[in-house]
Amino acid sequence: MNPLAPGVDEVRARTFPFPGRHFLSVTDLNPVEVGDLLDLADGFVALNRQKNKKLDLLKGRTLINLFFEASTRTQSSFELAGKRLGADVVNMSPRASSIVKGETLVDTAVTLNAMQPDILVVRHASSGAASLLSQKVSCSVINAGDGQHEHPTQAMLDALSMRRAFGRIGGLTVAICGDVLHSRVARSNVALLTMLGANVRVVGPPTLMPTDVGRWGVEAHHDLKTGIAGADVVMMLRLQLERMDGQLVPSMREFFRLWGLDREKLARAAPGVRVMHPGPMNRGVEIDSDVADDLAVSLIQDQVEMGVAVRMAILASLAARLDNR
Amino acid sequence: MSARPVVFRGARLLDPASGYDGPGSLIVSEGRVGEMRRGDGAIEVSDDVRVVEANGALLCPGLIDLRVKTGEPGAEPKETLKSAARAAAAGGVTSVVVQPDTDPVIDDPAVVDFILRRARDIDIVHVYPAGAATEGLLGQGMAEIGLMHEAGCVYVTNADRPIVDSRVMRRLLAYAGGLGVLVAHRPADPWLTAGAAATESEFAGRMGLASEPVAAETIMLERDLALVELTGARFMVDQISAAAPLASLARARAKGLPVIATASINHLSFNELDIGDYRTFCKLTPPLRGEDDRLALIEALSCGLVDIVVSAHAPAPPEDKRLPYDEAAPGSVGLQTLLPALLTLHHEGRVPLARLIHAVTLGPAEAIGVAAGRLTPGAPADLVLCDVNAPLLIDAAALISKSRNSAFDGRRLQGVVLMTLVDGRIVHEA
Repeated sequence: MNPLAPGVDEVRARTFPFPGRHFLSVTDLNPVEVGDLLDLADGFVALNRQKNKKLDLLKGRTLINLFFEASTRTQSSFELAGKRLGADVVNMSPRASSIVKGETLVDTAVTLNAMQPDILVVRHASSGAASLLSQKVSCSVINAGDGQHEHPTQAMLDALSMRRAFGRIGGLTVAICGDVLHSRVARSNVALLTMLGANVRVVGPPTLMPTDVGRWGVEAHHDLKTGIAGADVVMMLRLQLERMDGQLVPSMREFFRLWGLDREKLARAAPGVRVMHPGPMNRGVEIDSDVADDLAVSLIQDQVEMGVAVRMAILASLAARLDNR
Repeated sequence: MSARPVVFRGARLLDPASGYDGPGSLIVSEGRVGEMRRGDGAIEVSDDVRVVEANGALLCPGLIDLRVKTGEPGAEPKETLKSAARAAAAGGVTSVVVQPDTDPVIDDPAVVDFILRRARDIDIVHVYPAGAATEGLLGQGMAEIGLMHEAGCVYVTNADRPIVDSRVMRRLLAYAGGLGVLVAHRPADPWLTAGAAATESEFAGRMGLASEPVAAETIMLERDLALVELTGARFMVDQISAAAPLASLARARAKGLPVIATASINHLSFNELDIGDYRTFCKLTPPLRGEDDRLALIEALSCGLVDIVVSAHAPAPPEDKRLPYDEAAPGSVGLQTLLPALLTLHHEGRVPLARLIHAVTLGPAEAIGVAAGRLTPGAPADLVLCDVNAPLLIDAAALISKSRNSAFDGRRLQGVVLMTLVDGRIVHEA
């Protein structure tokens, strides 16, 4: 037990072990387990603001970041989280090496698995990729984003940011806006926030909404102005041009005019509204810089900070489970 | 060729041609169906005859599967004609029609001839080639339909690649129709289906899978039916899969257009939820539909709107299936599971047994004009003896196909093939 992190120790002492060997989807967790992880993450936030940020909960463990898709913030966030807990962290970007030589995803993962890592953090452009790997390797797998399916650690860090800003999540009205169709962030957030009792809306043009999204337990809006009316949290999504096959909106300027967030539209939200964005932002496309950079409104920097803490909480919980085996 | 005569005694005979479904005995000699004795009466046999006591098992014509892919020529590690023929025999399938999307494509009479020669050498089940409708399956110029037909192809199709150009399709129908050659086409709008791995639905949306709407099938089918009306050609809808296109088909039938339709056993057995946690064995073309569509397809089979059931046998080795869902190859092997999977619809009381058997025997036989598929005396003795009620657990690893990508892996079915005969010769015996 490290005296540097009293909050962490207290939470670790009272909580149950992580429910599974892997962390693939927010639906693997129940609300109590989410609450415990967020409590633990709160302790790591305090730790991360100190000079000495290092614990030894993952000492001797090896964490491999296996990122088939480019990522700056998620990969560095996992790297820092692992290192602050004492793990050895290796970053792999197989785009550059073996994939070009024709090796399949499973072969790559099985090869890495043979090097006896403890935790594999995977990002891949295909939905279901992390689940596939979890069936083929003996180490723990954390889903760091699979295609358009899920990005569960992002939803956890978003939940932590909201809980710290508002003191609660249940009862908040959260509007998730923009390119919902291509967004794994939106899918994970809808699942997690509805589970925690928030009123969730999704807002965007019909061409960027999944089929029958109204049956996900959310309100669907096509008009941003009505969609964010009275919202406590407005979560803007990145317009994922790289995933679009053919034209889904006529132009960037039309998109910004109708679905981009600026001061004028934001005025319709609830007083004290906070704005979130999973990053990286397309300024002037889905969000105006004036809003994004206003620290009284924007939680965007907090989200990044919470990202490291939440990932430390998940790694520590998974590792505790490994210890128990 | 002519094997020892066989007599089946005490079988449940089911003959889709005469409509007889009842107890009886059947003599097989000289490779042909001989005398059929209805009822429980004894049948006299000489000593050199093999007597099979059926004990009430179903004896019906061997199955004719109009949609089978192998890897031969060009991709033999997936499946050869021989491994497919062995799987077929084990599944009670006595005739298969292989698809033209091989390497080289079956768009030339020489390749038709190659397939027929290989089949004769292997000599297990009947193998007929389907010719490519367009040269290289490119959907532009017609292939040599007349020459391929002379060489022995039983219908023409563009396999999994829809013919986009309506003018090409019109001319193909007119030309092939004039020669009396059946044209098959799987209707799919190429733009709406681009990149799709699933059917558009709430489920596919949650799973984050690129998806196609059922309208992609309806749109293309409506075009094809309009062109059939224009040309009067015989046309076979390849693997109709949903309620909306079935409504289009029903309208065309009501008009009296010469249209028949196949459905794959996969779409009669599974719905989109069977994809589960990205199970690539259930990735198919067309993608699995919703449960409403599956039930509509069963109803259409029951009432005869869908004439024929196919296995849509499509072998894919692990390197093509053990991939993320959107990268995995589509298709499921099905030759060995076609009959027991079909019998599920009988056991569930959804479709009468005689109707089911018709859809895999006489239905396809009439579509491609072969004499098999019936128990008429003098017909080829292509037969299957099956214990309809015996339980069966499908274990993909134990299948005979070189590729074991079975969507039915782990399913509990009923219906064990006891014996398969081709031209009076026993090619499989359990």
